[in-house]
Amino acid sequence: MMESYDVIVIGGGPAGLAAAVKAKELGLETLLLDENEFLGGILPQCIHPGFGIHYFKEELTGPEFAHLFIEKIKDVGVKYQTSAYVLNIENYSDLEKKIVFSSPRGIKEVWTKTVIYAAGAREKHAFEIGIVGDRVAGIYTAGEAQTLMDIYGIMPGKEIVIVGSGDVGLIMARRFALEGAKVKAVIELMPYPGGLARNVMILRDFNIPLYLSHKVVEVRGKARVEKIKVVKVDENFKEIPKSEFWINADTLLISAGLMPNVRLLQRIGVKIDPSTGGPIVNELLETTVPGIFVAGNALLINDLVDYVAEQGEIAAFGAKEFIENEGIPSKKWIKLENGQNIRLLAPHYLSGERDVYVYARVSAPMENVKIVFPEIKKKLRSPMVRPAEMLRIRLKAEEIRSAEKKITMEVIPQ
Amino acid sequence: MRHRLTCIVCPLGCLIEVKVKNERVTEVIGYKCPRGREWAINEIINPKRIVMSVVKVKNGKLPTVSVKTTKPIPKEKIPELMKVLAQIEVKAPVRVGQVILESPLNLETKIVATRDVESA
Repeated sequence: MMESYDVIVIGGGPAGLAAAVKAKELGLETLLLDENEFLGGILPQCIHPGFGIHYFKEELTGPEFAHLFIEKIKDVGVKYQTSAYVLNIENYSDLEKKIVFSSPRGIKEVWTKTVIYAAGAREKHAFEIGIVGDRVAGIYTAGEAQTLMDIYGIMPGKEIVIVGSGDVGLIMARRFALEGAKVKAVIELMPYPGGLARNVMILRDFNIPLYLSHKVVEVRGKARVEKIKVVKVDENFKEIPKSEFWINADTLLISAGLMPNVRLLQRIGVKIDPSTGGPIVNELLETTVPGIFVAGNALLINDLVDYVAEQGEIAAFGAKEFIENEGIPSKKWIKLENGQNIRLLAPHYLSGERDVYVYARVSAPMENVKIVFPEIKKKLRSPMVRPAEMLRIRLKAEEIRSAEKKITMEVIPQ
Repeated sequence: MRHRLTCIVCPLGCLIEVKVKNERVTEVIGYKCPRGREWAINEIINPKRIVMSVVKVKNGKLPTVSVKTTKPIPKEKIPELMKVLAQIEVKAPVRVGQVILESPLNLETKIVATRDVESA
Protein backbone atom coordinates (compact mmCIF):
# COMPACT_ATOMS: atom_id res chain seq x y z
CA MET A 1 0.00 0.00 0.00
CA MET A 2 1.47 3.31 -1.02
CA GLU A 3 1.34 6.27 1.37
CA SER A 4 -1.48 8.65 0.65
CA TYR A 5 -2.33 12.14 1.86
CA ASP A 6 -4.96 14.82 1.62
CA VAL A 7 -2.37 17.47 0.85
CA ILE A 8 1.23 17.40 -0.26
CA VAL A 9 2.96 20.73 0.09
CA ILE A 10 5.95 21.18 -2.21
CA GLY A 11 8.43 23.69 -0.80
CA GLY A 12 9.37 24.46 2.82
CA GLY A 13 9.73 28.24 2.57
CA PRO A 14 7.27 30.67 4.15
CA ALA A 15 4.42 29.84 1.73
CA GLY A 16 4.82 26.08 2.17
CA LEU A 17 5.28 26.27 5.95
CA ALA A 18 2.17 28.43 6.36
CA ALA A 19 0.20 26.16 4.01
CA ALA A 20 1.25 23.00 5.85
CA VAL A 21 0.48 24.40 9.31
CA LYS A 22 -2.95 25.63 8.21
CA ALA A 23 -3.79 22.40 6.32
CA LYS A 24 -2.92 20.32 9.37
CA GLU A 25 -4.94 22.64 11.63
CA LEU A 26 -7.90 22.17 9.27
CA GLY A 27 -7.65 18.44 9.88
CA LEU A 28 -6.04 17.43 6.59
CA GLU A 29 -3.43 14.67 6.42
CA THR A 30 -0.43 16.69 5.28
CA LEU A 31 3.10 15.97 4.04
CA LEU A 32 5.61 18.76 3.43
CA LEU A 33 8.50 18.14 1.03
CA ASP A 34 11.56 20.35 0.72
CA GLU A 35 14.66 19.92 -1.39
CA ASN A 36 17.01 21.62 1.08
CA GLU A 37 18.61 20.07 4.13
CA PHE A 38 16.76 22.54 6.35
CA LEU A 39 13.32 24.12 6.27
CA GLY A 40 12.76 27.82 5.74
CA GLY A 41 13.43 28.29 2.03
CA ILE A 42 15.53 31.40 1.52
CA LEU A 43 14.61 32.85 4.94
CA PRO A 44 17.64 31.41 6.82
CA GLN A 45 19.97 33.43 4.57
CA CYS A 46 17.94 36.66 4.77
CA ILE A 47 19.57 37.78 8.03
CA HIS A 48 18.34 41.40 7.83
CA PRO A 49 15.34 42.64 9.82
CA GLY A 50 11.99 43.56 8.25
CA PHE A 51 10.11 40.26 8.31
CA GLY A 52 6.77 39.46 9.88
CA ILE A 53 5.57 42.96 10.82
CA HIS A 54 2.03 42.10 9.72
CA TYR A 55 2.00 38.37 10.49
CA PHE A 56 3.73 38.21 13.89
CA LYS A 57 3.28 41.93 14.77
CA GLU A 58 6.99 42.30 15.45
CA GLU A 59 10.00 42.98 13.28
CA LEU A 60 12.03 39.80 12.83
CA THR A 61 14.98 38.70 10.73
CA GLY A 62 14.45 36.01 8.09
CA PRO A 63 15.94 33.18 10.21
CA GLU A 64 13.78 34.23 13.18
CA PHE A 65 10.63 34.27 11.04
CA ALA A 66 11.50 30.80 9.73
CA HIS A 67 12.24 29.58 13.26
CA LEU A 68 8.78 30.58 14.54
CA PHE A 69 7.14 28.77 11.64
CA ILE A 70 9.29 25.66 12.01
CA GLU A 71 8.31 25.52 15.69
CA LYS A 72 4.67 25.70 14.58
CA ILE A 73 5.21 22.83 12.13
CA LYS A 74 6.49 20.73 15.01
CA ASP A 75 3.76 21.88 17.43
CA VAL A 76 0.90 20.91 15.14
CA GLY A 77 2.71 17.75 14.05
CA VAL A 78 3.09 18.22 10.30
CA LYS A 79 5.00 15.35 8.69
CA TYR A 80 7.90 16.68 6.67
CA GLN A 81 10.80 15.38 4.64
CA THR A 82 13.87 17.48 3.85
CA SER A 83 16.40 16.68 1.08
CA ALA A 84 13.36 15.63 -0.94
CA TYR A 85 13.54 16.77 -4.55
CA VAL A 86 10.25 16.49 -6.42
CA LEU A 87 10.86 14.94 -9.83
CA ASN A 88 7.32 14.79 -11.11
CA ILE A 89 3.69 15.48 -10.37
CA GLU A 90 1.42 12.95 -12.11
CA ASN A 91 -2.20 13.95 -12.51
CA TYR A 92 -4.30 10.76 -12.71
CA SER A 93 -7.64 12.38 -12.01
CA ASP A 94 -9.05 15.35 -10.14
CA LEU A 95 -8.75 13.42 -6.86
CA GLU A 96 -5.64 11.31 -7.46
CA LYS A 97 -2.21 12.79 -7.94
CA LYS A 98 1.08 10.99 -7.59
CA ILE A 99 4.19 12.82 -6.42
CA VAL A 100 7.54 11.28 -7.32
CA PHE A 101 10.52 12.53 -5.34
CA SER A 102 14.08 11.58 -4.61
CA SER A 103 15.12 11.36 -0.99
CA PRO A 104 18.22 10.16 0.88
CA ARG A 105 16.49 6.75 0.98
CA GLY A 106 15.91 6.58 -2.77
CA ILE A 107 13.08 7.43 -5.14
CA LYS A 108 9.69 7.54 -3.46
CA GLU A 109 6.13 7.81 -4.73
CA VAL A 110 3.18 9.06 -2.69
CA TRP A 111 -0.48 9.64 -3.53
CA THR A 112 -2.41 12.76 -2.66
CA LYS A 113 -5.79 14.36 -3.30
CA THR A 114 -4.39 17.88 -3.55
CA VAL A 115 -1.06 19.58 -4.08
CA ILE A 116 -0.02 22.98 -2.74
CA TYR A 117 2.86 24.04 -4.89
CA ALA A 118 5.05 26.53 -3.03
CA ALA A 119 8.40 26.07 -4.72
CA GLY A 120 9.21 29.78 -4.86
CA ALA A 121 11.09 31.54 -7.60
CA ARG A 122 14.41 31.50 -9.37
CA GLU A 123 16.75 34.39 -10.04
CA LYS A 124 17.37 35.76 -13.50
CA HIS A 125 20.99 35.23 -14.51
CA ALA A 126 23.54 37.26 -16.45
CA PHE A 127 22.74 35.80 -19.87
CA GLU A 128 19.05 36.57 -19.50
CA ILE A 129 19.73 40.28 -19.25
CA GLY A 130 22.01 40.49 -22.24
CA ILE A 131 25.45 40.72 -20.61
CA VAL A 132 28.20 39.46 -22.92
CA GLY A 133 31.95 39.00 -22.60
CA ASP A 134 34.29 36.61 -20.81
CA ARG A 135 32.90 33.66 -18.88
CA VAL A 136 34.99 34.18 -15.79
CA ALA A 137 34.77 33.56 -12.07
CA GLY A 138 33.21 36.30 -9.97
CA ILE A 139 29.73 36.49 -11.50
CA TYR A 140 27.02 35.62 -8.99
CA THR A 141 23.33 36.08 -8.58
CA ALA A 142 22.45 38.03 -5.43
CA GLY A 143 20.96 34.93 -3.82
CA GLU A 144 24.07 32.85 -4.48
CA ALA A 145 26.26 35.50 -2.86
CA GLN A 146 23.83 35.70 0.05
CA THR A 147 23.99 31.92 0.59
CA LEU A 148 27.80 32.03 0.51
CA MET A 149 28.08 34.93 2.97
CA ASP A 150 25.24 34.30 5.37
CA ILE A 151 25.06 30.50 5.51
CA TYR A 152 28.63 29.45 4.75
CA GLY A 153 30.61 32.51 5.86
CA ILE A 154 32.48 32.95 2.57
CA MET A 155 33.13 36.41 1.05
CA PRO A 156 32.46 36.22 -2.70
CA GLY A 157 34.55 39.30 -3.62
CA LYS A 158 36.13 42.62 -2.64
CA GLU A 159 35.08 45.15 -5.28
CA ILE A 160 31.50 44.72 -6.32
CA VAL A 161 29.24 46.04 -9.06
CA ILE A 162 25.56 45.25 -8.57
CA VAL A 163 23.08 45.00 -11.44
CA GLY A 164 19.58 45.95 -10.28
CA SER A 165 18.34 48.23 -7.51
CA GLY A 166 15.49 46.00 -6.31
CA ASP A 167 15.30 45.05 -2.66
CA VAL A 168 17.54 42.01 -3.06
CA GLY A 169 20.27 44.02 -4.79
CA LEU A 170 20.12 46.82 -2.22
CA ILE A 171 20.18 44.45 0.75
CA MET A 172 23.21 42.70 -0.70
CA ALA A 173 24.87 46.10 -1.26
CA ARG A 174 24.53 46.66 2.48
CA ARG A 175 25.81 43.17 3.35
CA PHE A 176 28.91 43.65 1.21
CA ALA A 177 29.53 47.15 2.57
CA LEU A 178 29.09 46.00 6.19
CA GLU A 179 31.55 43.18 5.65
CA GLY A 180 34.16 45.63 4.38
CA ALA A 181 33.90 45.13 0.63
CA LYS A 182 33.79 48.13 -1.70
CA VAL A 183 30.48 48.40 -3.51
CA LYS A 184 31.51 50.47 -6.51
CA ALA A 185 28.09 50.97 -8.10
CA VAL A 186 24.51 49.83 -8.36
CA ILE A 187 23.34 49.88 -11.98
CA GLU A 188 19.62 50.24 -12.66
CA LEU A 189 17.99 50.04 -16.09
CA MET A 190 14.84 51.90 -15.07
CA PRO A 191 14.79 55.69 -14.44
CA TYR A 192 13.81 55.05 -10.79
CA PRO A 193 15.16 52.72 -8.08
CA GLY A 194 13.46 49.33 -7.91
CA GLY A 195 13.38 48.73 -4.17
CA LEU A 196 11.34 49.88 -1.20
CA ALA A 197 12.23 53.37 0.10
CA ARG A 198 13.69 51.99 3.32
CA ASN A 199 16.13 49.90 1.31
CA VAL A 200 17.06 52.69 -1.10
CA MET A 201 18.34 54.50 2.01
CA ILE A 202 21.09 51.88 2.25
CA LEU A 203 22.84 53.56 -0.68
CA ARG A 204 23.07 56.84 1.23
CA ASP A 205 24.25 55.06 4.39
CA PHE A 206 27.28 53.66 2.60
CA ASN A 207 27.82 56.31 -0.12
CA ILE A 208 27.16 53.83 -2.89
CA PRO A 209 26.63 55.45 -6.30
CA LEU A 210 23.38 54.53 -8.07
CA TYR A 211 23.28 54.81 -11.87
CA LEU A 212 19.68 55.06 -13.08
CA SER A 213 18.87 54.45 -16.77
CA HIS A 214 22.11 52.51 -17.15
CA LYS A 215 22.92 48.92 -17.96
CA VAL A 216 25.86 46.54 -17.71
CA VAL A 217 26.62 45.19 -21.17
CA GLU A 218 29.97 43.43 -20.95
CA VAL A 219 32.33 41.69 -18.53
CA ARG A 220 36.08 41.38 -19.12
CA GLY A 221 38.69 39.39 -17.22
CA LYS A 222 41.20 36.53 -17.51
CA ALA A 223 40.47 34.10 -14.67
CA ARG A 224 38.20 36.40 -12.71
CA VAL A 225 36.12 39.51 -13.41
CA GLU A 226 38.42 42.51 -13.89
CA LYS A 227 36.28 45.22 -15.45
CA ILE A 228 32.66 45.84 -16.25
CA LYS A 229 31.26 47.96 -19.09
CA VAL A 230 28.29 50.19 -18.37
CA VAL A 231 26.25 52.26 -20.84
CA LYS A 232 23.51 54.84 -20.45
CA VAL A 233 20.11 54.11 -22.00
CA ASP A 234 17.38 56.41 -23.30
CA GLU A 235 13.69 56.29 -22.32
CA ASN A 236 13.14 53.34 -24.70
CA PHE A 237 16.05 51.45 -23.04
CA LYS A 238 18.15 51.95 -26.17
CA GLU A 239 21.87 52.32 -25.54
CA ILE A 240 23.09 55.89 -26.01
CA PRO A 241 26.14 55.91 -28.32
CA LYS A 242 29.50 56.85 -26.77
CA SER A 243 28.04 56.91 -23.24
CA GLU A 244 29.92 53.80 -22.13
CA PHE A 245 32.42 53.63 -19.28
CA TRP A 246 34.30 50.86 -17.48
CA ILE A 247 34.32 50.09 -13.78
CA ASN A 248 37.15 48.01 -12.31
CA ALA A 249 35.76 45.30 -10.06
CA ASP A 250 36.37 41.64 -9.20
CA THR A 251 32.73 40.71 -8.74
CA LEU A 252 29.51 41.25 -10.66
CA LEU A 253 26.34 40.65 -8.71
CA ILE A 254 23.18 40.04 -10.73
CA SER A 255 19.98 41.09 -9.03
CA ALA A 256 17.73 41.39 -12.03
CA GLY A 257 14.52 40.03 -10.63
CA LEU A 258 12.86 36.73 -9.89
CA MET A 259 10.76 34.37 -11.99
CA PRO A 260 8.16 32.01 -10.50
CA ASN A 261 9.44 28.46 -10.56
CA VAL A 262 6.77 26.74 -12.64
CA ARG A 263 8.40 24.04 -14.78
CA LEU A 264 6.82 21.09 -12.96
CA LEU A 265 3.43 22.76 -13.21
CA GLN A 266 3.75 23.51 -16.91
CA ARG A 267 4.53 19.84 -17.50
CA ILE A 268 1.07 18.84 -16.23
CA GLY A 269 -0.65 21.53 -18.27
CA VAL A 270 -1.11 24.33 -15.73
CA LYS A 271 -1.81 27.55 -17.67
CA ILE A 272 0.60 30.39 -17.00
CA ASP A 273 -0.18 34.11 -16.90
CA PRO A 274 2.55 35.80 -18.96
CA SER A 275 2.38 38.97 -16.85
CA THR A 276 3.03 37.31 -13.46
CA GLY A 277 5.02 34.39 -14.85
CA GLY A 278 3.03 32.24 -12.43
CA PRO A 279 -0.11 30.15 -12.87
CA ILE A 280 -3.59 31.47 -13.62
CA VAL A 281 -5.55 30.88 -10.41
CA ASN A 282 -8.98 31.28 -8.86
CA GLU A 283 -9.57 32.97 -5.51
CA LEU A 284 -8.61 29.80 -3.59
CA LEU A 285 -5.32 29.82 -5.52
CA GLU A 286 -6.26 26.71 -7.47
CA THR A 287 -4.54 26.51 -10.87
CA THR A 288 -6.22 25.46 -14.11
CA VAL A 289 -5.53 21.81 -13.15
CA PRO A 290 -8.12 20.84 -10.50
CA GLY A 291 -6.63 20.08 -7.08
CA ILE A 292 -3.31 21.80 -7.76
CA PHE A 293 -2.94 24.98 -5.69
CA VAL A 294 -0.08 27.47 -5.68
CA ALA A 295 1.18 30.03 -3.17
CA GLY A 296 4.03 32.46 -2.55
CA ASN A 297 6.60 33.47 -5.14
CA ALA A 298 5.63 30.51 -7.33
CA LEU A 299 2.30 32.34 -7.79
CA LEU A 300 3.66 35.84 -8.27
CA ILE A 301 6.71 37.69 -6.97
CA ASN A 302 5.92 39.19 -3.57
CA ASP A 303 7.83 41.84 -1.65
CA LEU A 304 6.54 40.97 1.83
CA VAL A 305 6.88 37.57 3.44
CA ASP A 306 3.62 38.24 5.29
CA TYR A 307 1.67 38.08 2.02
CA VAL A 308 3.52 34.91 1.05
CA ALA A 309 2.42 33.22 4.29
CA GLU A 310 -1.11 34.55 3.79
CA GLN A 311 -1.24 32.94 0.33
CA GLY A 312 -0.09 29.63 1.83
CA GLU A 313 -3.04 29.74 4.22
CA ILE A 314 -5.51 30.63 1.45
CA ALA A 315 -4.26 27.62 -0.55
CA ALA A 316 -4.75 25.40 2.52
CA PHE A 317 -8.38 26.59 2.82
CA GLY A 318 -8.68 25.85 -0.90
CA ALA A 319 -7.41 22.30 -0.41
CA LYS A 320 -9.95 21.70 2.37
CA GLU A 321 -12.81 23.06 0.25
CA PHE A 322 -11.67 20.89 -2.65
CA ILE A 323 -11.48 17.69 -0.59
CA GLU A 324 -14.84 18.23 1.10
CA ASN A 325 -16.63 18.81 -2.19
CA GLU A 326 -14.46 16.69 -4.50
CA GLY A 327 -13.66 19.84 -6.42
CA ILE A 328 -14.23 23.55 -5.97
CA PRO A 329 -18.01 23.83 -6.25
CA SER A 330 -18.35 27.48 -7.40
CA LYS A 331 -21.00 27.84 -10.07
CA LYS A 332 -19.73 30.99 -11.70
CA TRP A 333 -16.37 32.68 -12.14
CA ILE A 334 -15.94 36.38 -12.73
CA LYS A 335 -12.71 37.31 -14.44
CA LEU A 336 -10.43 39.92 -12.88
CA GLU A 337 -8.51 41.80 -15.57
CA ASN A 338 -5.67 44.32 -15.53
CA GLY A 339 -6.55 47.77 -16.82
CA GLN A 340 -4.60 51.01 -16.97
CA ASN A 341 -1.25 51.02 -15.08
CA ILE A 342 -1.76 47.52 -13.67
CA ARG A 343 1.17 45.37 -14.75
CA LEU A 344 0.05 42.16 -13.08
CA LEU A 345 -2.47 40.78 -10.65
CA ALA A 346 -3.75 37.61 -9.01
CA PRO A 347 -6.12 35.83 -8.48
CA HIS A 348 -7.65 35.85 -11.93
CA TYR A 349 -11.10 34.32 -11.24
CA LEU A 350 -13.47 35.32 -8.44
CA SER A 351 -16.73 33.65 -7.43
CA GLY A 352 -18.40 36.26 -5.25
CA GLU A 353 -18.91 33.59 -2.56
CA ARG A 354 -16.27 34.99 -0.24
CA ASP A 355 -14.13 38.07 0.33
CA VAL A 356 -10.88 38.02 -1.64
CA TYR A 357 -7.48 39.66 -1.40
CA VAL A 358 -6.28 40.91 -4.76
CA TYR A 359 -2.50 41.24 -5.15
CA ALA A 360 -1.36 43.60 -7.90
CA ARG A 361 1.58 45.63 -9.12
CA VAL A 362 1.56 48.86 -11.12
CA SER A 363 3.63 49.36 -14.27
CA ALA A 364 4.94 52.82 -13.41
CA PRO A 365 5.18 54.99 -10.29
CA MET A 366 2.38 57.54 -9.95
CA GLU A 367 1.34 60.10 -7.32
CA ASN A 368 -2.18 60.93 -6.08
CA VAL A 369 -4.05 58.10 -7.70
CA LYS A 370 -7.39 56.36 -7.62
CA ILE A 371 -7.44 52.57 -7.64
CA VAL A 372 -10.66 51.77 -9.46
CA PHE A 373 -12.78 48.72 -10.19
CA PRO A 374 -15.31 50.37 -12.56
CA GLU A 375 -17.73 47.41 -12.98
CA ILE A 376 -18.38 47.22 -9.23
CA LYS A 377 -18.03 50.98 -8.61
CA LYS A 378 -15.22 50.52 -6.08
CA LYS A 379 -12.77 53.38 -5.65
CA LEU A 380 -9.77 53.77 -3.34
CA ARG A 381 -7.34 56.64 -3.06
CA SER A 382 -3.60 56.34 -2.66
CA PRO A 383 -1.01 59.14 -2.41
CA MET A 384 1.64 57.02 -4.14
CA VAL A 385 1.97 53.77 -6.06
CA ARG A 386 5.28 52.19 -7.02
CA PRO A 387 6.10 49.03 -9.00
CA ALA A 388 8.23 47.86 -6.03
CA GLU A 389 5.31 47.87 -3.61
CA MET A 390 2.62 45.30 -4.19
CA LEU A 391 -0.94 46.50 -3.77
CA ARG A 392 -3.15 44.25 -1.66
CA ILE A 393 -6.83 45.08 -1.81
CA ARG A 394 -9.76 43.31 -0.19
CA LEU A 395 -12.83 42.88 -2.37
CA LYS A 396 -16.00 41.97 -0.52
CA ALA A 397 -18.11 39.03 -1.69
CA GLU A 398 -21.13 41.25 -2.39
CA GLU A 399 -18.98 43.70 -4.35
CA ILE A 400 -17.70 40.87 -6.54
CA ARG A 401 -21.23 39.50 -7.02
CA SER A 402 -22.39 42.86 -8.35
CA ALA A 403 -20.33 42.30 -11.50
CA GLU A 404 -21.65 40.39 -14.50
CA LYS A 405 -18.73 38.73 -16.24
CA LYS A 406 -15.60 40.63 -15.42
CA ILE A 407 -14.04 43.16 -13.10
CA THR A 408 -11.25 45.46 -14.26
CA MET A 409 -8.64 46.92 -11.93
CA GLU A 410 -6.97 50.18 -12.91
CA VAL A 411 -4.87 52.94 -11.43
CA ILE A 412 -5.73 56.41 -12.72
CA PRO A 413 -4.94 60.01 -11.68
CA GLN A 414 -7.28 61.50 -9.05
CA MET B 1 23.16 72.57 5.44
CA ARG B 2 20.04 71.09 3.82
CA HIS B 3 19.39 67.35 3.96
CA ARG B 4 16.82 65.71 1.74
CA LEU B 5 15.35 62.41 2.95
CA THR B 6 12.70 59.97 1.80
CA CYS B 7 10.77 59.04 4.91
CA ILE B 8 10.59 55.31 5.65
CA VAL B 9 8.21 55.38 8.61
CA CYS B 10 5.25 54.38 6.43
CA PRO B 11 4.70 53.56 2.74
CA LEU B 12 3.79 57.17 1.88
CA GLY B 13 7.48 57.98 1.40
CA CYS B 14 7.30 61.73 2.07
CA LEU B 15 10.20 63.79 0.80
CA ILE B 16 11.40 65.61 3.90
CA GLU B 17 13.93 68.41 3.99
CA VAL B 18 15.84 69.10 7.20
CA LYS B 19 17.80 72.35 7.54
CA VAL B 20 20.68 72.35 9.99
CA LYS B 21 22.73 75.28 11.26
CA ASN B 22 25.56 74.88 13.79
CA GLU B 23 24.49 71.28 14.45
CA ARG B 24 20.97 72.39 15.30
CA VAL B 25 17.84 71.69 13.30
CA THR B 26 16.35 75.01 12.16
CA GLU B 27 13.57 73.83 9.86
CA VAL B 28 11.82 70.62 8.80
CA ILE B 29 9.51 70.64 5.77
CA GLY B 30 7.64 68.11 3.65
CA TYR B 31 6.49 65.70 6.37
CA LYS B 32 2.82 64.73 6.58
CA CYS B 33 2.79 63.37 10.15
CA PRO B 34 4.62 63.97 13.46
CA ARG B 35 6.27 60.53 13.30
CA GLY B 36 7.88 61.49 10.01
CA ARG B 37 9.13 64.76 11.48
CA GLU B 38 10.68 62.99 14.46
CA TRP B 39 12.23 60.32 12.28
CA ALA B 40 13.81 62.90 9.97
CA ILE B 41 15.31 64.89 12.86
CA ASN B 42 16.79 61.74 14.45
CA GLU B 43 18.03 60.62 11.07
CA ILE B 44 20.10 63.82 10.81
CA ILE B 45 21.11 64.39 14.46
CA ASN B 46 21.67 60.81 15.62
CA PRO B 47 21.01 58.16 12.97
CA LYS B 48 20.71 54.64 14.39
CA ARG B 49 20.52 51.24 12.77
CA ILE B 50 19.85 47.64 13.69
CA VAL B 51 22.99 45.76 12.65
CA MET B 52 23.06 42.19 11.41
CA SER B 53 25.88 39.88 10.50
CA VAL B 54 27.07 36.32 10.94
CA VAL B 55 29.67 35.03 13.42
CA LYS B 56 31.75 31.88 13.23
CA VAL B 57 30.53 28.67 14.84
CA LYS B 58 32.83 25.91 16.11
CA ASN B 59 31.68 22.31 15.56
CA GLY B 60 28.34 23.33 14.12
CA LYS B 61 26.24 21.81 11.34
CA LEU B 62 26.65 25.22 9.70
CA PRO B 63 29.87 27.25 9.87
CA THR B 64 28.09 30.48 10.85
CA VAL B 65 25.24 31.74 12.97
CA SER B 66 23.30 34.87 12.06
CA VAL B 67 23.19 37.60 14.72
CA LYS B 68 21.64 41.03 15.25
CA THR B 69 21.75 43.91 17.70
CA THR B 70 18.67 43.93 19.95
CA LYS B 71 18.47 47.72 19.65
CA PRO B 72 19.47 50.18 16.92
CA ILE B 73 22.97 51.54 17.47
CA PRO B 74 24.55 54.84 16.34
CA LYS B 75 25.46 54.59 12.68
CA GLU B 76 29.04 55.73 13.19
CA LYS B 77 29.68 52.79 15.56
CA ILE B 78 28.80 50.18 12.93
CA PRO B 79 32.26 49.61 11.37
CA GLU B 80 33.81 49.13 14.83
CA LEU B 81 31.09 46.68 15.86
CA MET B 82 31.54 44.69 12.64
CA LYS B 83 35.25 44.29 13.51
CA VAL B 84 34.32 42.91 16.93
CA LEU B 85 31.86 40.46 15.39
CA ALA B 86 34.45 39.29 12.85
CA GLN B 87 36.78 38.20 15.64
CA ILE B 88 34.48 36.10 17.79
CA GLU B 89 33.59 32.43 17.55
CA VAL B 90 30.82 30.59 19.40
CA LYS B 91 30.46 26.91 20.16
CA ALA B 92 27.59 24.86 18.75
CA PRO B 93 24.80 24.30 19.62
CA VAL B 94 23.50 27.86 19.36
CA ARG B 95 19.86 28.75 19.95
CA VAL B 96 17.71 31.60 18.59
CA GLY B 97 17.80 34.46 21.09
CA GLN B 98 21.00 33.26 22.78
CA VAL B 99 23.11 36.22 23.87
CA ILE B 100 26.40 36.16 21.99
CA LEU B 101 27.76 39.44 23.44
CA GLU B 102 26.51 41.68 26.28
CA SER B 103 26.87 45.41 25.52
CA PRO B 104 29.71 45.25 22.94
CA LEU B 105 31.79 48.48 22.83
CA ASN B 106 29.70 49.61 25.84
CA LEU B 107 26.73 50.12 23.54
CA GLU B 108 23.24 49.80 24.96
CA THR B 109 22.52 46.65 23.03
CA LYS B 110 23.10 42.93 23.05
CA ILE B 111 24.19 40.73 20.21
CA VAL B 112 21.81 37.78 19.92
CA ALA B 113 21.70 34.75 17.64
CA THR B 114 18.86 34.72 15.11
CA ARG B 115 19.01 31.07 14.10
CA ASP B 116 19.57 27.66 15.66
CA VAL B 117 22.80 25.88 14.79
CA GLU B 118 23.01 22.26 15.90
CA SER B 119 26.25 20.51 16.81
CA ALA B 120 27.87 18.63 13.96
